[in-house]
Amino acid sequence: MINSLFLINASGDIFLEKHWKSVVSRSVCDYFLEAKEKALEPEDVPPVIHTPHHYLISIYRDKLFFLSVIQTEVPPLFVIEFLHRVAEMIQDYFGECSETVVKDNMVMVYELLEEMLDNGFPLATESNVLKEMIRPPTILRSVVNTLTGTSNVGDTLPTGQLSTIPWRRAGVKYTNNEAYFDVVEEIDAILDQSGTTVFAEIQGVVEACVKLSGMPDLTLSFMNPRLLDDVSFHPCVRYKRWESERVLSFIPPDGNFTLMTYHVNAQNLVAIPVYVKQSISFFESGSGGRLDVTVGPKQTMGKTVEGVVVTVHLPKTILSINLTATQGSYTYDNGTKLLVWDIGKLNPQKLPNLRGSLSLQAGAPKPEENPSLNIDLKIQQLAISGLKVNRLDMFGEKYKPFKGVKYITKAGKFQVRT
Amino acid sequence: MSASSAFNDEKGGSSNVGEPEYGHDPASGGIFSSDYKRHDDLKEMLDSNKDSLKLEAMKRIVAMIARGKNASDLFPAVVKNVACKNIEVKKLVYVYLVRYAEEQQDLALLSISTFQRGLKDPNQLIRASALRVLSSIRVTIIVPIMMLAIKEAASDMSPYVRKTAAHAIPKLYSLDPEQKDCLIEVIEKLLADKTTLVAGSVVMAFEEVCPERIDLIHKNYRKLCNLLIDVEEWGQVVIINMLTRYARTQFLNPNMNESLLEEGGGEKAFYGSDNDDDTDDEEDKEEKEKKKTEATAIVKRKPYVMDPDHRLLLRNTKPLLQSRNAAVVMAVAQLYFHLAPKAEVGVIAKALVRLMRSHSEVQYVVLQNVATMSIKRRGMFEPYLKSFYIRSTDPTQIKVLKLEVLTNLANETNISTILREFQTYIKSNDKDFVAATIQAIGRCATNIGEVRDTCLNGLVQLLSNRDELVVAESVVVIKKLLQMQPEQHSDIIKHMAKLTDNIQVPMARASILWLIGEYCEHVPKIAPDVLRKMAKTFTNEEDIVKLQIINLAAKLYLTNSKQTKLLTQYVLNLAKYDQNYDIRDRARFIRQLIVPTDKSGALSKYAKKLFLALKPAPVLESPFKDRDHFQLGSLSHLLNAKAGGYQVLPDWPEAAPDPSVRNVEIEEVITSSEGRIGLLGDRREVPEWTKCSSREKRKEKKADKPFYSDSEGESGPTESADSDTASGSESGGGSEESGSGSESEESNEESESASEEDEEEEGKKKKKNVEKIKARKPVPESESEQSSGEDEKKSEKKSKPRIGSTESESEENGDSESESSESEEEESEEESEEETKKKKKTTASKPPSKPPKKENKKEKKEMSLLDFDDFDPAPSPSQVTPLNNFLSSSLVTDLEGLSLTDNVLSPTTIVPSGNLKTYELLHRITGEGLSVEYCFSRQPFSPDPHMVAVKIQFINSATSEAKSLHMEDTKLQSGMRIKEFPEIEVLPAGETLSVVMGIDFCDSTQAANFQLCTHTRKFFVSIQPPVGELMMPIFMTENEFKKEQGQLMGMNEITEKLTLEEKCQGEHAVVQRVTAAANLSRVPCGSDKECRFAGKTVTSGSLVLVSVVTKEDGAAQLTVNCEKMVIGTMLVKDILQALTQ
Repeated sequence: MINSLFLINASGDIFLEKHWKSVVSRSVCDYFLEAKEKALEPEDVPPVIHTPHHYLISIYRDKLFFLSVIQTEVPPLFVIEFLHRVAEMIQDYFGECSETVVKDNMVMVYELLEEMLDNGFPLATESNVLKEMIRPPTILRSVVNTLTGTSNVGDTLPTGQLSTIPWRRAGVKYTNNEAYFDVVEEIDAILDQSGTTVFAEIQGVVEACVKLSGMPDLTLSFMNPRLLDDVSFHPCVRYKRWESERVLSFIPPDGNFTLMTYHVNAQNLVAIPVYVKQSISFFESGSGGRLDVTVGPKQTMGKTVEGVVVTVHLPKTILSINLTATQGSYTYDNGTKLLVWDIGKLNPQKLPNLRGSLSLQAGAPKPEENPSLNIDLKIQQLAISGLKVNRLDMFGEKYKPFKGVKYITKAGKFQVRT
Repeated sequence: MSASSAFNDEKGGSSNVGEPEYGHDPASGGIFSSDYKRHDDLKEMLDSNKDSLKLEAMKRIVAMIARGKNASDLFPAVVKNVACKNIEVKKLVYVYLVRYAEEQQDLALLSISTFQRGLKDPNQLIRASALRVLSSIRVTIIVPIMMLAIKEAASDMSPYVRKTAAHAIPKLYSLDPEQKDCLIEVIEKLLADKTTLVAGSVVMAFEEVCPERIDLIHKNYRKLCNLLIDVEEWGQVVIINMLTRYARTQFLNPNMNESLLEEGGGEKAFYGSDNDDDTDDEEDKEEKEKKKTEATAIVKRKPYVMDPDHRLLLRNTKPLLQSRNAAVVMAVAQLYFHLAPKAEVGVIAKALVRLMRSHSEVQYVVLQNVATMSIKRRGMFEPYLKSFYIRSTDPTQIKVLKLEVLTNLANETNISTILREFQTYIKSNDKDFVAATIQAIGRCATNIGEVRDTCLNGLVQLLSNRDELVVAESVVVIKKLLQMQPEQHSDIIKHMAKLTDNIQVPMARASILWLIGEYCEHVPKIAPDVLRKMAKTFTNEEDIVKLQIINLAAKLYLTNSKQTKLLTQYVLNLAKYDQNYDIRDRARFIRQLIVPTDKSGALSKYAKKLFLALKPAPVLESPFKDRDHFQLGSLSHLLNAKAGGYQVLPDWPEAAPDPSVRNVEIEEVITSSEGRIGLLGDRREVPEWTKCSSREKRKEKKADKPFYSDSEGESGPTESADSDTASGSESGGGSEESGSGSESEESNEESESASEEDEEEEGKKKKKNVEKIKARKPVPESESEQSSGEDEKKSEKKSKPRIGSTESESEENGDSESESSESEEEESEEESEEETKKKKKTTASKPPSKPPKKENKKEKKEMSLLDFDDFDPAPSPSQVTPLNNFLSSSLVTDLEGLSLTDNVLSPTTIVPSGNLKTYELLHRITGEGLSVEYCFSRQPFSPDPHMVAVKIQFINSATSEAKSLHMEDTKLQSGMRIKEFPEIEVLPAGETLSVVMGIDFCDSTQAANFQLCTHTRKFFVSIQPPVGELMMPIFMTENEFKKEQGQLMGMNEITEKLTLEEKCQGEHAVVQRVTAAANLSRVPCGSDKECRFAGKTVTSGSLVLVSVVTKEDGAAQLTVNCEKMVIGTMLVKDILQALTQ
């Protein structure tokens, strides 16, 4: 299936290669690099490239390209999904996924890749299984390793792969048994000039951090599961139970994982927590224009809106800007024409405003389109859909775990057209 | 590389100098000598004795490999370390070996023996990793070794090793395709595997090696469907894709009837939009008639009934739409798209729309597929229209795809919203995207008649756009639209004619010129003027424009020669000397055609017709039209070209192939999956959903019932199936009133029908009652009355048929151990009736409720001796020996009498049933007065010959009676099965009771865990078998033994030297101890220095041969030959212990 993997940085250097079948020369990447040259943005590189002898499937993530070489028919999503797992695995092991991290841990990454695929077919992709075979680095362990001269390869053999619960290893022990669940909701919306909602929906995710000893069997129930329109689960969740009772019943993996993602029906009206008053105009003469943006809270259910950031991709013909913000600060990068206005907390009494003039390059025509505004925001202790966790029960173990649920609402792809 | 630098600090001196270079780019130096030197250094480290040095060296080497640097010259130094004890070094050596073995074949061979040894390791992970590396070494010479190793591993008792074997198959196949036939055999074997771990990998191997052998799937189809949800996600993708293909060959098109109607309907919509309103009525009439004829055609055809297996597939894949893995969701989506009835396909839309939230690469692939689907099934995605709205931050390729989907989804009702959306897009800065939007508008306009004018007006407005690309694209699209109804839009043409002064994009200019030429009659005044202007600039135009100028001139000459004759000639003259031969040719050709000369041919008469013929309007089609002939979700679909190794999705068959090929024993699958659920089930709440799910499964099983009998209630049942179900219901009835004893007539009838079916269904899966009947057939009529009554009762509870029911009284008695307890919990009436019967017949029989243990055993022994003449051959064809197993020991004694060497005849050959070792299951104190012991009774477990019989003895030493003793919540390793003992309703105080249960340990010594429940308490208990109990004795002659032993040489043979304990010297003692340690039977032997024993494992039937050769002074040699090396090793240990202590 997957023949080889190349990691390529943004400037086009190949800094890691791994082959699961016979070795494919790295010159195959030239086709990809050519496509990369053509594309304006790294995101525009086509994910699937057809070369005379191979197919190249790549993802762009964390400023790195993960390029896989395929020789025969394979579902492209299969490869893409796997590549993302590789990135997630690196993130999971080393805290971030970047060129430096990979270069610093070259051997370990290589060994992980060796374990993840066998003959190009996924073998162990569950982080719990991998962590038993190759232990993630910690500060303590690296000290121990230097003293004893050992490394991170597990010396005991893993058991997880052999149980019917591949995502959890046996014999987990904690002194503090705790289970935390974060309900994170993101609002995806498109608003038009007048502020009316063109499209809005809520995407939610339940992130869990479970540190429980033994083999706990958890049941999480919601007050209003009917809200959930479409769900997808971590493999540990029992489908049948969800279908019949609308509760999440599962033996959790150890540590952090995404328990479920859900979608709240778009037909239910989505409360948009902020409104944006904006006017961006360019003078007919073509010498410049004005920008005036005000953000205010709308339906926030009594909570404060925090972390508000407005991002604008200004037209390429802008020469310079001269703005003043009544709250927060703005940064402008003249190279990328990116204007970022970091507002912070929204104060309903005094609405933050950003206004000023834009000047265009001499002779440039008036831009066709006004740039759209991308809004980022955060509301603590609120799930905008109204979803509420009812209770969490644990079976199968005797101790009493510490339980906690947190709600956060964020802006997802929240765009205001102007 | 913190570890490495730290290592250096610690090490100090020696390697410190050059260190920084190693860690970083080794090629940067570029000086060959330093390169050489560095490797020298590594070699030194590898040769050292210290593991830490070796590890350091290996780490650097692997880092080099990871960077793509050549490290092949280190091969000899590295390969030496393959046997290194340090697991970390070993791992890295493996990594290196796999990378470079191909280049250094001779040296690589040095390492092979290490892996061969690894294949025999008792640890499953080491076996697996040895196989993994061995099979990854791409060296042709070792093909036979690999083949052998794969075969071996395919029957390993560890599912993990079997999974690795499945992975190794495609590796070997790519190395040597000639092994295909052998590999297919292994695949066939592994396909039958019941564990979820193996399923995905073996199907992957199947797809790579022999995707055409669809026949191998038949028997495993239902199992795969049922296991699917528990398979790991990557396996799910492969299995689902394979099953899609399978289903296309085996089932009928569920849309068979609709597809005809649908086609009609589809066309109607198409025509309706194409033609104008006035013709609609007629169209409708035509349509109706068409439909009518089609409908009658359909009526004539057989009504479609979905194959239950087809339904099973759809039902079992549906929950996977909720998977977190996009590839799984896509796989299910394509399965539904290709296989589901039209009405059901809709369920996948929601899941696909969800994937749109994922990474942009996922979006890209999903949108491609949605685009294809939305052409065929527009309604499916309509509710999610807004999810395809485009954001300014989307990458261009995503934008274009979303646009494509939006266009496909456009219809009369939503077109206004979509057009409003498009208006926003046209203002975008991304010009490629704008161009795509304009084309999309054009397509909407052609498909939806109502909005054509609106679109046209919008596009005309765009003509005044400042961006030239936008204008050009608009012109091209307008041209296409105008072609449909030119007469109404002469003003647009005029407007466009004016644009020729400004527009510079060649394609747009060419389009305008073509329009004017084509419709010059509508713009008679402007057209010659345009030609005049064009003639002026002719030489500076692009080729494509020049060609259109010539065309325009020719058309004008034909319609309006008075005004344009000179102009045309001028243009043609210019063209005559053009640099482009195409243009020169065109000019020459046209001149001949239109300008009348004396030698002009016949064609010039028709010049007008040729040039001004009515041209059909172009059809603006989606590039995704008809892409669905590729399996969706595949690479080929994405590229719209057949990728290497793509398996064509076959068309539905005209008539369904025989569905009976999929009939198999279904029970086992169900039990194993139930086991899994049980395992996952939580302890306190188990009953609720495990039961619910198992009930569901049961229900399924019930629903399935008709399909193994080839008939489905509603569909026309075949004859044989008829008789089958009939007999089934009869016996069902019989079992209900089993107490009254079924009449021999009835059983006669049944056996008749069974014998009929036997012939038909040979080799197929049989319904349990059929099998039961079969088992009963040879029973003489006089006795069948009783046994049938009992049998039915039993087989209703247990899913397996009872095999050895006979007329023998003593057997009845022996069985009573299990039966009595069973009958106890049956209705008391039944019980008493039966018991009275038994009492009448068996004088020696005791009341079965509390049989004293010892006596029971004696009886058992007696029974086995008596039983000899009426044992039945086991019905399962897989049985290695035709002998009924539990008779073998008695047979041995009988036959030993016949053997030439009388002297070996010894009573101890028979399993010393008296000294069976009992183990404690529950202590009296923890059990609150209830103590439970178990022993391995060494009797065959009649309901399932692959299970080990475990006798459990309950002793109630409490003062009160214990009620409803039963077991619950079994926790088993995968593949293991358990046959519970029947519930004991009451155990009075002070009483003792024994029951028998069966456990299939899967030839492993893993413990079976379960809960023992009374009416008040639950106790966690577990039964762990000693390895000796995992086998059963078989009879063999000396020659056979030698022959078999000869075949089990090499790694299958384990030899140990030992010193016999004092008391144990002497043949008799040896035999006794060995047979006590393992359930084996003695094989006659010519020498009294040697004792031989034979048996086979209960689950897989692998041979186990043991021989003990005694020498002087108590020295002896023990040899164990067994296919299963792990069992062999463990057995050696156990027997050694037995003999030396």
